[in-house]
Formats: sequence, C-alpha cells, structure tokens
Amino acid sequence: MNITLKIWRQKSAGAKGRFETYSLSDVLEEMSFLEMLDVLNEQLLREGKDPVMFDNDCREGICGTCSLVINGEPHGPERAATVCQLYMRKFENGDTITIEPWRAGAFPVLRDLAVDRGALDRIIQSGGYVSVKTGGTPDANSIPVAKPDAELAMDAASCIGCGACVAACKNASAMLFVAAKVGQLAHLPQGQPERLPRARAMVAAMDVEGFGACSNTYDCEAACPKEISVSFIQELHRDFRKGLLAGR
Amino acid sequence: MKLDAGTPSGPLETRWMRHREEMKLVNPANKRKFRVLVVGSGLGGGSAAASLAGLGYHVGCFCLQDSPRRAHSIAAQGGINAAKNYPNDGDSIWRLFYDTIKGGDYRSRESNVYRLAEVSNEIIDQCIAQGVPFAREYGGLLANRSFGGAQVSRTFYARGQTGQQLLLGAYSALSRQIHLGAVSMHPRTEMLDLVVKDGRAVGIVTRNVVTGELESWAGDAVVLATGGYGNIYYLSTNAKASNMSACFRAWKRGAGMANPCFVQIHPTCIPMSGEYQSKLTLMSESLRNDGRVWVPKKAGDTRAPGDIPEDERDYYLERRYPSFGNLVPRDVASRAAKMVCDEGRGVGKTGLGVYLDFAEAIERLGEGAVRERYGNLFHMYEEITDEDPYKVPMRIYPAIHYTMGGLWVDYNLMSTIPGLHVIGEANFSDHGANRLGASALMQGLADGYFVLPYTMGHWLATAGPSGIATDDPAFAAVRREVDARIERLVAADGTRSADSLHRELGKLMWNACGMSRTAEGLKDALAKLPGMREEFWKTLKVPGSGEEFNLNLEQAGRVADYYDFAEVMFRDALAREESSGGHFRDEFQTPEGEALRDDENFSHVSVWEYVGADKAPTMHKEELSFEFVTPTTRSYK
Ligand SMILES: Cc1cc2nc3c(=O)[nH]c(=O)nc-3n(C[C@H](O)[C@H](O)[C@H](O)COP(=O)(O)OP(=O)(O)OC[C@H]3O[C@@H](n4cnc5c(N)ncnc54)[C@H](O)[C@@H]3O)c2cc1C
Ligand code: FES
Repeated sequence: MNITLKIWRQKSAGAKGRFETYSLSDVLEEMSFLEMLDVLNEQLLREGKDPVMFDNDCREGICGTCSLVINGEPHGPERAATVCQLYMRKFENGDTITIEPWRAGAFPVLRDLAVDRGALDRIIQSGGYVSVKTGGTPDANSIPVAKPDAELAMDAASCIGCGACVAACKNASAMLFVAAKVGQLAHLPQGQPERLPRARAMVAAMDVEGFGACSNTYDCEAACPKEISVSFIQELHRDFRKGLLAGR
Repeated sequence: MKLDAGTPSGPLETRWMRHREEMKLVNPANKRKFRVLVVGSGLGGGSAAASLAGLGYHVGCFCLQDSPRRAHSIAAQGGINAAKNYPNDGDSIWRLFYDTIKGGDYRSRESNVYRLAEVSNEIIDQCIAQGVPFAREYGGLLANRSFGGAQVSRTFYARGQTGQQLLLGAYSALSRQIHLGAVSMHPRTEMLDLVVKDGRAVGIVTRNVVTGELESWAGDAVVLATGGYGNIYYLSTNAKASNMSACFRAWKRGAGMANPCFVQIHPTCIPMSGEYQSKLTLMSESLRNDGRVWVPKKAGDTRAPGDIPEDERDYYLERRYPSFGNLVPRDVASRAAKMVCDEGRGVGKTGLGVYLDFAEAIERLGEGAVRERYGNLFHMYEEITDEDPYKVPMRIYPAIHYTMGGLWVDYNLMSTIPGLHVIGEANFSDHGANRLGASALMQGLADGYFVLPYTMGHWLATAGPSGIATDDPAFAAVRREVDARIERLVAADGTRSADSLHRELGKLMWNACGMSRTAEGLKDALAKLPGMREEFWKTLKVPGSGEEFNLNLEQAGRVADYYDFAEVMFRDALAREESSGGHFRDEFQTPEGEALRDDENFSHVSVWEYVGADKAPTMHKEELSFEFVTPTTRSYK
C-alpha cells in the first residue's frame, strides 16, 4: 500500500521543529509500524536526507522505549499495545499518518521524535523502592502474600515507564506512572514500612519535575499499553492524604 | 596469555564458602576511596552497581538506553531458576548444579556452576525483599513451573514478564543508590573503548549519544555487563541496541575471548515473514509446558492444521525423547525442528516452521486456565501474525537467542586484563555449550548481587588504587584512536546504510555458523569475509556528524566491529571439531543425528587472543576437569 507520512522534524533540543511530509510506497501489511519507519529511513538515506530519529529497542512491547504519537494518539490506534506492536494492517492504502513525539514540558524533545524522559527516573529515585541492601534477607516463603494482593501488585508493576500516560494527559501529569509504582509496593507486605512517606516523596518529586496535576479525565488509562487502572490513582490519593495527616 | 582460573580445591560444597573466607577485605572507611565503573545496567550491571554502592564504593554506571530500566534484560519472559525445592519434588543445589553442567554439555567449570546453584536461593530471597511480584499459590506462597532440561519445577516467574520484574527490582535498588549519591548514572552513554595502563584496566572512554561529546572516566576497576552478541546475526530475539562493541574493544586491548562459537538458538520463536523484518520475537519456552510440538508426517502436506488427523501428525519430540518430551533442552529442540523442516515437513508459507499446539491443553485445563498462564504471550502472537492461537496452533521456528561465549573470566569474574571484570551474558559464563532456560537471569543476578561484591573487594584490597587520572597520557592515546574511528565512519560516503549491510553479514553468519556448521561452510565464510568487510567500508554511508544525536553512526560502529568478530567466531567453530550443545558440526553426529562430543580432545575452553591487525588471532586452552560428575552422552530419551 501507499501512505503519506507527516512527521515532526527537529534538529536538536533548542532548535525549532516543523512537520515534513513524505510518501512511501510498497508498504506491506505484515510490517510493524517501526519497520515501516525503517523503510522510510532507508529511502531518506538514499536520497541524501537525514533519517528520522525515533527511540526504540525491544520491539516487543516491554522495554517502554518506543514513544510516538500517531494521529494524535500516544502509541497509535491499537488498544493495549505499544507502537512497536502496531502493524501496518491497521492502516489502509492512501492513508495520511501524522507522527509526533510525546508532548510534555517535562519531556524535552532531543531530536525529531526522541524525547528526554529522565524525569521519570528521578521520580523513582525519590522513593520508588523498598530500602533494602543486598544480602541478609529472610527466606522468600517467610513472607506470604495473598494471591489477590500479589495479582494487584503485579497489575501495577507491569507499568513499562513509557510515559504514554503523560503524553495523553491534557495537564501532562505523571499521576498514573507514580500511582503504579506506589500501588505495586502498597499491595505487598514488603512495601508497608515506607508506604506513606513513599507516596508523598514521589508526588513531590513529580511536582518538582514540572508534571501537571491529575486532570481526572483518565485519558492516561486509555492510552496505557499495559492497561494500568486509574483505581491506583485513587489509592495514591488516599495514601498521600494519610501521609499528610500523619506528618510522614 | 596466561589462563589461571583460580578455582578453589577441596569438597565442592564448601569451595565458595572457603574462598570467601580467604579473600581479602577492604576496610569500610577505605571503600569510598575506590571508584568502580560499571558498564551496563541490565540484571548483571544493575545488580552489581547497586550492591557495590551499597557496600560503600563509588560507582559510575553507564548504559545506552535513555533509562537503566530499559536494558535488554527487561525482555526476558519465562522465569528464573533456583534450587529452593519449594514444590518438594526432589530438587537440591546438587541437582540444579548437575542439570546445568549436563545441559551445558560438559563444557563449563564445576566450581563455577556449583556456586551458581548455591547462590540461586539467595537471589529469590533478595528479589522478594525488594517487592518483586512473583506468581503465588492461593495459600500465599511462591509458585513454580518447569522449564526445559529439568525434571523438577524450579522456575520462579512473574506472569510472562519475569525479566522485567527482576530488572525493575535491580533498577529500584540502583535508583536508591543514585538518590543516596553513591552511584552516578550515565544513560544514553556508549563506552567506546577501554583504557589499559601497565597491564591494568584503569578507565573507559565514552560518547554521549545525544551530544556526541567524548568523555574519559578513570576507575580502580572496570566491570563490563554489556550483554551478549546475538545481534551479530542481524535477526535475533535480542533488543535492537544489544551489541558487543564494548567486549570487542576489551578483546583488542588484551582480554581473552572464550568459546565465541557457542551460540544458543531458541526453538520457539515466531518464524520470519519477510525481508524487511527487523527482529524475531520469542515465544517463551514456558509454552512447552503445555504446548505440543508437531509437523505433518508426510512431506509437502499443505492441509490446514485442523484438517490433518491425529494419526497423520508427528509429535516428533514426544516420539524421539519420551522422558523429556516437549521439554528437551533448547539445542535439542531446535535441531529437531530443523531436521523435520529439512525433510520438507515444515509448515507455513516458507516451510520454515513447526506447530506448537494448545488444543489438548485447552481441552484438559479449559481456555480460562490457558489464558491465565499464557494470555499475554498469546496476545503478542496474535498481534504479530494475525492468527488466534486459541483456535489454530502457533507456528514457531528456531532463532538466535543467547550467547554462551564471551570474555573469559576466572573464578573471581576477572578477565585476563587485571582489573577488568565481566559479568552477565557478556562473560563466557557458566553455561558451557548450551544454556538451560531460566538460567541467564539467575546467572546475571548471581554475578551482580552475590559474587562480584565479594571478589571486587579482593581485587581492590590486593591491587590498591590505580592512581591514574584522566589526564594521564594513556587516556589521551585511547581518545585519539576513538576519534579516528568516528572520523572514518562519518567520512563514509557510499550509498548504503549500516543496517542493510548488517543484514547481509547476518545471513552469512546464519548459514555458516548457525544451527549446523561444516568445515567447508566455515572455510568458505572465512574466505568471503575480507571481501565483505571491504565492501562495507566502500559502500557504507553515515549521514550527519559525530557531534549530534546520530543513530546511524552508533549502528555503523557496531557493525564494523561485527565484521572483525565474525572471523573469531568462524575460527572457533572450525577449530572445535566436535558437536557440543549449541555447536553442531554436521561431521560429528551419531547415527540418530544427536551431537557427538569428543571429550578426549575438546574438553576445554577455547580462548582467543588478539595479536594485532591483519594477524589471525591465536587460541589458548583452559582444560576442564570433572572431579564430581562424569561426562556422559547427554540423553533426554
Ligand atoms: C526475548 C528474550 C527472553 C529471555 N527470557 C529469559 C528467561 O525467561 N529466563 C532467563 O534466564 N533468561 C532469559 N533471556 C536471557 C536473558 O534475558 C539475558 O541473557 C540477560 O538478561 C542478560 O543480562 P545482562 O545484564 O548480561 O545484559 P543486558 O540486559 O543485555 O544489559 C546490557 C547492558 O549493557 C549496556 N551496554 C551495552 N553496550 C554498551 C556500551 N558499549 N556502552 C554502554 N553501555 C552498554 C546496555 O545499555 C544495557 O544496559 C531472554 C532473552 C531474550 C532475548
Ligand atoms: S521498543 Fe520496547 S516497548 Fe516498544
């Protein structure tokens, strides 16, 4: 099939960006979206033009590296999938596809479609862990966890940290990302000792990084490739308030 | 090149404990005076950086991805082994040791493998303390499942995302140390060379991939945790950024390269569908717990799978290996798939595929239970192939997956360059000629959490501070070489991308050094290589400059290294005139087509030394001795 691509091009963080239009023929249905971009880049290279820079790594939906907004939707039209899991069979001959980077003040564009998501790492550094060192831990089976709790913790832990929730939110809030980490540990006995201070520290770090407040419209949940539930945001609010009251 | 593995003697069960007691310690107040550079943030690097920082050393950690959490380890699906014996099915440290030695076709060190089995249990304890959400039974205790090459259930898992959850555990420990100021983290940073002064590793030179800036880092020890080199084949299950340049640079600076031809081909991957394909996707081995592998009995049978009656199907693994059935080790399963496809019985458009069928499991357990076990894998399969595996059997085919070979290390995980340590998939590891499923995660975390933190102290206490800073001429000399390499790449003004040239090299690798190898094919490949390398430099085009975010430049550098490394792999495969594990030489097989080992002549680790450009590398041997197990013909019948 033949398609037209409108792609955000930006030389570097400081430079001004703009859309450029490219046409591509002989796109196959079995190609992944990123393979289609590989084909475009081969074409650009032959034409002596700069290839389009986009982040990707595992190409199977688990590393959270790929990060494209396609026709206005983070990760594109496929539900519960990252853009590397999107296949061209979702598009039709003659389609025009617009591709942009994640848009958020806290995610500066580095080049073309690649952004800097270091802010998410810094949020985790502020407290997204159980403070244990290596060694000296008790036998694993001495800490039983009820299966429903373990499953909920796992639901939250499946966050891949891609930032689609931020890109989807009109306030560019990272609330779902924070809630997923807080939620994972809040549902496990190991996470209890630091539960309240963790929630407060991570929310504070989110503010410092310049993410907005939760818009309560839940566009994040719809965009999340791992379908992380917004119920974790409600739990986060509760822990945050409890922490405030307790002064922890 | 001197190869002193430094393995302790005495009873196997107490070797590691005694060795720990004998190693030197660094006084707590002195630990902060030492700087350790850890390259890589996967399970090996992440766990090592966090643990070393926790002990009090200054740690610098480097990775290619934009966040340490995205290292390739994240993609591991199936699980991690440990000898906990929670299911009470007869497992023990000895049995895990024995299975791993046997699974590796008796080409690994007894002492190392025993230590690995020994610390496996601590890994699970550590992960649980971090809040890793492993699967659980209704009673709240941990669940286990089976993996290939074992008759006990010793694999711990977190849905189909075990690697992700383990890596997030290591990443959280790392993040805590970053927060405490004990680790300085450098994402999007590529190590381009190792600095060696007076025979000791004293630092690295890196490139900030966003700005192109080159930087020098001095350290009292360097740790490479940069993963495997499966991507030399172009198509593999590895992430796109996985590469071997860091190890290759170290090799050129004097580190021995061990068993480079030992490569693992995973039997259950989604078959290739076209020339544009950028990677192959693994379907976890855990699927072989319930899926049954078959092909039609008749060659050239093009009927839909559902139209082929039971008695016209060949469940060839169950037929050939009744005691292990579908759960034979990977090398055995892969070769068996190749054999039936070579007979013309392969399925799918290309004929390069076999069925992995869940119909019987769905009938036995119900679709719900199958969905609970493998839902996300089935979903992934359907996304890629547009076929519903609940209704039609999956089609799978072997693909390059893991590299058992890597930089040679002694018992303390130190390479032949004093001060340079290598952990995780990057070292030649504990897996011999074939790795068992769920054992790479175990080894990466064993190295990083429970081995290196001890042996590093011994190295630093013995060697003392290096005393070399980045203004030393040794750094300037290496930077000039790095600069020259980048300039040469950027100047390449041909017509082709590094990617397209890499694809061609990959085909040569797969044909000559893939699932089966012959002396003739390897010699032919060795003869072709110089021409292909020349063609690479003649036709390569690298757009842009070195002072910007330039993915093409990064790729070109890695592919250039692959051309040189391919030669070492071919030579190693040629020199090993036997079949063992993943290394199958057509000339050396039993009448039934099983691998024919030659313990008399090849019970050794082959270690290759770089002796200069335009010279063939030389091979050294570390003889393997078996005091506790007797190498026998591996049988899974
Ligand atoms: C799809 C898939 C599924 C798997 N499933 C399982 C499983 O179920 N069980 C199991 O036990 N094993 C599994 N494996 C194998 C296992 O995941 C890997 O062997 C293991 O994770 C490797 O870990 P590592 O820390 O050695 O390296 P990696 O995780 O590959 O990390 C390498 C690190 O080095 C960095 N790096 C590389 N080069 C440079 C450089 N030049 N400069 C700076 N940084 C650099 C990278 O950025 C990264 O941080 C699987 C592998 C694949 C491909
Ligand atoms: S590239 Fe890893 S999630 Fe898309």
